[in-house]
Amino acid sequence: MREPRRDNSTGLPQRWGAPSYWPFVLPAMFIVLAVIVFPWIFTVWMSLHEWKVGQPTIFVGLFNYLRMPKDPRFVEAIWHTLLYTALSVILPLFFGTLAAVVFHQKFPLRGFMRGLYIMPMMATPVAIALVWTMMFHPQLGVLNYLLSLVGIPPQLWVFHPGSVIPSLVMVETWQWSPLVMLIVLGGLAAIPTEPYESALIDGASFWQMFRFITLPLITPFLFIAGMIRLIDALKSFDIIFAITQGGPGNASETINLYLYSVAFVYYDIGYGSAIALVFFVLIVVLAAVMLQMRQRMHWNEAMGGA
Amino acid sequence: MFDRRISRRTVLKGSVAAGALAVLGRPAQAQSGVNWKKYAGTKLEVILAKGPRGDNLQKYIKEFTDLTGIQVESEQIPEQQQRQKAVIELASGKPSFDVIHLSYHVQKRQFEKAGWLANLSGFIKDPTLTAPDLVESDFSAAGLKYAKDDKGQLLSLPWSVDYFILYYNKEIFAKAGATVPKTLDEMNALAQKLTDEKAGIFGYVGRGLKNANMTLWTNYFLNYGGEFLDAKGNILTAGPEAIEATKSYDRSNKFSPPGVAGFNWMESLAAFAQGRAAMWIDGVGWAPGVENPNSSRVVGKVGYAMVPAGPKGQYSATYGDGIGIAAASKNKEAAYLLCQWVVSKQQGARLLQAGGGVPFRNSILNDEGVRKGVTLPKEWFQSVIDAGKISKLGLPVIVPVAEFRDLFGAAVTATLAGADPAAELKKAYDQFVPILERSEKTS
Repeated sequence: MREPRRDNSTGLPQRWGAPSYWPFVLPAMFIVLAVIVFPWIFTVWMSLHEWKVGQPTIFVGLFNYLRMPKDPRFVEAIWHTLLYTALSVILPLFFGTLAAVVFHQKFPLRGFMRGLYIMPMMATPVAIALVWTMMFHPQLGVLNYLLSLVGIPPQLWVFHPGSVIPSLVMVETWQWSPLVMLIVLGGLAAIPTEPYESALIDGASFWQMFRFITLPLITPFLFIAGMIRLIDALKSFDIIFAITQGGPGNASETINLYLYSVAFVYYDIGYGSAIALVFFVLIVVLAAVMLQMRQRMHWNEAMGGA
Repeated sequence: MFDRRISRRTVLKGSVAAGALAVLGRPAQAQSGVNWKKYAGTKLEVILAKGPRGDNLQKYIKEFTDLTGIQVESEQIPEQQQRQKAVIELASGKPSFDVIHLSYHVQKRQFEKAGWLANLSGFIKDPTLTAPDLVESDFSAAGLKYAKDDKGQLLSLPWSVDYFILYYNKEIFAKAGATVPKTLDEMNALAQKLTDEKAGIFGYVGRGLKNANMTLWTNYFLNYGGEFLDAKGNILTAGPEAIEATKSYDRSNKFSPPGVAGFNWMESLAAFAQGRAAMWIDGVGWAPGVENPNSSRVVGKVGYAMVPAGPKGQYSATYGDGIGIAAASKNKEAAYLLCQWVVSKQQGARLLQAGGGVPFRNSILNDEGVRKGVTLPKEWFQSVIDAGKISKLGLPVIVPVAEFRDLFGAAVTATLAGADPAAELKKAYDQFVPILERSEKTS
């Protein structure tokens, strides 16, 4: 408001702005180019070369990409990633929402209990992984001891190909349900009380109130939580690496772990870059699907409202 | 993890031995034409893998500085990270270090092919640089095989060797009236007999974890008559010997503690040291762990024997590390003096006596004074000597060792869960062949 007036008073022409702002954009642009655009283009460039550390680089076109479908480890890694991600989005969402509903009720020591529940989120993943590794131990671990108390035979947890991914997801769920709870709790606090009052008058049950009032109203929050979980789960590396290193065999090797092996253990930079790009595309596609679902949901709500 | 500190008794014994060495060693140095002080004032950077070898170097490095006037900066980095860091820096052409500690069984071919190590052939023949007691023929055959490239150039000095042996629990053996098995079949039968799941005692334990398991599996493979490569350099680890070896390996592991598919040496050592496994095949270097009263319940009850024979022979899978000089280093002569000191009789004796490793040099192993200072049981030392006689390299000498270990290791781990050995090995083979071909392409 003040600026145009000053302009008028100094009598400068009105169109003085645009060109002289240019230099101010440059630092930001330079940084964006240097830390985002350049690595991106460089990765694309590397992925088109046969490049092993210590050996000369050769241009091979799309060869690295053609290797992927024929590489069973890569194909398996994709399935592991999708399974791991799906489970570690759905389970924390479920348990997080459940916890939020519980902690939304009023009961003594609620604040303290909430604080307790959030604790796992604050710990370092590698430390968590080491503790869980001990708990998973088939002979000495506390989990099998707990199972033995209720008469269930000992399990192999992360030491068997069939149970390794669910076991890892268990750790992930334990750590990240609190985050979902926090987000959903925020959502619950924002819901007005009137709909519940009228529902009570109409004789609705607790479950009906949850299903038809609470759930629709916290859906946007669940989407945000789901989005955050999706990104986190896809890029999850530390917990898997510290507990199983992708084992037993390759049973818990996700794309991230395979990528790490290819690039930093086998020093196959070209192939590693190609995998990174494909992984990137996969993330973008999944995020797009998620956004699409959200759009559809909104549209449904609008329809329902109308 | 283990207490590798040295007790007072060790120090006393050690100093007696070292004193004897000093008496023997000093005049040799004085008479020789080596001018130790020639490179005084030089600064060297050393990159070490974390472990007893690195400790042994760092602990006594002051003596080297006193002898030569060369300043040494060294850092120990955990093995995996050290390998990564070294490769990336060497590939850049300007490594930050002059001297590098390398694992032969992983890096030999890679380093040779890339030309990262300085040729020491000239240095070791030069009497102004090399003490007369250091001659190539003093290193064991495996050591020389590791240190030399196919043109016969000496690219590093062999530092410490690791032989695979059979550890067994004498107490469990005595209870069952068992004797040390001579063949793998006997061992598997015995493992079955000794397993008592209710009591939590298992007949056997060994590495099952992907990648780590290959160092153990290859000992079975060698004893089943396997060779890693044919004359044309094709990999042979999916052939009939490999399939039979895998079956035997799987059978042994049937009598292992649950979860063995995730065991590395550390978990195996724990199971054995807790008295829960009667037999364990792994490197000689873990003996300080099983003989340490703070972490082991089987101290004094451990027997040491050769890995039982297979149908086609009896070998001890051998691994080792060495110390070399970066080709890009500007202080090669000074660095060579350091390498020489690292593998010297005195340093080797200290390493052996503390149980931190076994030197490649026969003159150290055969020295009575050194032997007397060894704190581990006599039987252990004997197993080291015996294993040396049947030693055979435990991994193929190729560039993509890591891929080999991962792919075939995953196949072997899968067979532990019941998959068919032939099919799994074939699958690994099909994936590995193109990788090997690409790595050996000359261009």
